[in-house]
Amino acid sequence: MTENLKVSIRNLNVFYGKKQALFDVSLNIMEKEVTSLIGPSGCGKSTLLKCINRMNDLVEICNINGQILLDSVDINEVSQDPVLLRMKVGMVFQKPNPFPKSIYDNVAFGPRLHGMTKSKEDLDNIVIQSLSKSGLYEEVKDRLYEPGTGLSGGQQQRLCIARALAVNPQILLMDEPCSALDPIATAKIEDLIAELKQQYTIVIVTHSMQQAARVSDRTAYMHMGELIETGMTKTIFSNPQHEKTQDYITGRIG
Amino acid sequence: MTVFLLILISSLAVYGFILNKSKASVMSDTNIMHSQPHYHGLYSAFITLVPAILLLFFWSFIVNMITNITLKDFFSDITDTGLIKFYTDGVIGYAEGATDKIINHAGFMPAVEHYQALQHNNKILQFIVISTLSLMLFRYSLKFVEVEFKARDYIERVIVIVMRASAVFAIFVTIGIVLSLLFETLRFFDSVNVFDFLFGLHWSPQMAIRADQVGSSGSFGAVPVFTGTLLIAFIAMTVATPIGMFSAIYLSQYASENIRSYAKPIIEILAGIPTVVYGFFAVITVAPFFRDMGAFFSFTNMSSESALIAGSVLGIMIIPFVASLTDDALTAVPRSLKEGSLAMGATLSETTKKVIIPASFHGIVGSFLLAVSRAIGETMIVVMAAGFAANLTFNPFDSVSTVTVQIVGLLTGDQEFDSPKTLSAFALAFVLFFITLVLNVISLTIVKKYREEYE
Repeated sequence: MTENLKVSIRNLNVFYGKKQALFDVSLNIMEKEVTSLIGPSGCGKSTLLKCINRMNDLVEICNINGQILLDSVDINEVSQDPVLLRMKVGMVFQKPNPFPKSIYDNVAFGPRLHGMTKSKEDLDNIVIQSLSKSGLYEEVKDRLYEPGTGLSGGQQQRLCIARALAVNPQILLMDEPCSALDPIATAKIEDLIAELKQQYTIVIVTHSMQQAARVSDRTAYMHMGELIETGMTKTIFSNPQHEKTQDYITGRIG
Repeated sequence: MTVFLLILISSLAVYGFILNKSKASVMSDTNIMHSQPHYHGLYSAFITLVPAILLLFFWSFIVNMITNITLKDFFSDITDTGLIKFYTDGVIGYAEGATDKIINHAGFMPAVEHYQALQHNNKILQFIVISTLSLMLFRYSLKFVEVEFKARDYIERVIVIVMRASAVFAIFVTIGIVLSLLFETLRFFDSVNVFDFLFGLHWSPQMAIRADQVGSSGSFGAVPVFTGTLLIAFIAMTVATPIGMFSAIYLSQYASENIRSYAKPIIEILAGIPTVVYGFFAVITVAPFFRDMGAFFSFTNMSSESALIAGSVLGIMIIPFVASLTDDALTAVPRSLKEGSLAMGATLSETTKKVIIPASFHGIVGSFLLAVSRAIGETMIVVMAAGFAANLTFNPFDSVSTVTVQIVGLLTGDQEFDSPKTLSAFALAFVLFFITLVLNVISLTIVKKYREEYE
């Protein structure tokens, strides 16, 4: 396991209008590891996740202060471009959201958008590679030009992962990627996460503590907008330091 | 007298409502009633009011019939039924004071007196019968307030009957309009060949007024009128499509909630402006503007009534349709798609262009087609701004005429309803109806299809 710091969040405060959503959150995310964010609903885990690729920019009333360093560069600095940032930091959403286009066009969306390929062969390669990485290629290779919305929920979610991988990101943010899926599809996504961490840094928000325990190397527990405890997943689940973490893990809150 | 009668039975109904409701609510203190007190009240009001109103309605029919039959007896020496009708109408007109013309016939004045006496007695009789009926039913309805009485069920049934009757009425009116249009159209095609009408290149129905005029049979070619309509609709869409589209995109994707909450209603106000006001706007503001522009570019054959003026003002009129429906289509695209695209590093305009518009394409097309059928059916603006001359031209600076304008021209003033000239209006209207019907069906099918996509 490499111990390189990929993202460093320092004293982050987030406000939605007058309401403060995150309080002085500091968190380190290591390269090529899976970090899971757990906590009861409304504790700010998705908000924290969305800060890492600046999706909160889209919420007009959202105000952020504090630092988020990606490879030691503050992503919120004026010189930093959100478009380039989001190429480096891909995102997978709670509900599978393939575009109403063909499977091929879904995966090719990012490379085409950013002009990453010169020829049709290059693009074909990227699409096939990305679909292979997300474990979907074998299932869809005969119907690449059929609509992506026609796939099953689990396949759609893996299509969305392939779409995110196609622009060759360094970090993958996953916002409860399995909450709309059945157990079998969930197991496939979890296997996929284990494979993907060889190449990518992954941050996953999850409601399922079992999932966090299964897939992640590090876990951060959040409560009411505050980061309560963070550490190696094994330690957090076997020997939580904080009373609130213990209560949540044992099912007393949340 | 009738007004007084109506007030009387309405107050009885209100009184019945109050009485039964209060009686039922007292009863409900100690019992579990089948129906809520206000149902008992409504039941009484219904029983009191409706039969009386129905009787009043049919009363006038019956009385009119009786009057006509008895009046005819005064003119029994006349054999011509048309003349008898003329005389009886004269009697009624004189007796009612609508005219002071006395017809020179022995039976006239006696008939007038008979009519007046009949009317007088009728009013009194009507008042007595209907108020008695209403009073009796009112008294009768008071007995029904009981724990077990199913007033709610009766009222529910009445409501269903009323709604069903309204729906049937609306449907039959539609069918009636279409049929009347169809029959007059068929009459028109008795005198003019269908193909001459649909494919003829010359439209001048005015020449057919007198049978001895040259060209009286060959002037019903509808092509110029329909090309005029299409030309103006095309110009209107050229104006409305980009403006409506862009404002919809701005409102749905870029504008803040605050701006949107002001801007959308303001755009929709445009849809509420009466079209005749747009007509003023076309004649007073837009026409001089185009004329001055023409003069500025040394373009002299700029007519003050042209397809361009009518079309552009018509375009302004349909902007809200395009904008509002397109906006609905764009906002119906799930937020998750927008976020998915933005998270891929697409800018807002790339997202709109590559994800949101393709996803809502059906809805956008549907809104355009609805706007086109609005444009084709519009009359007032075109009457005021495009002129009456049915030129076969695609030059937007020429004066053209549209189907609706021709219909207005053909049917204003005194018309004989057996000449092809007048009947041609129905044929035009029928074809126009058919075109807009097809457009509406297509657009509604498309809109429906796109609605299903995300549900």
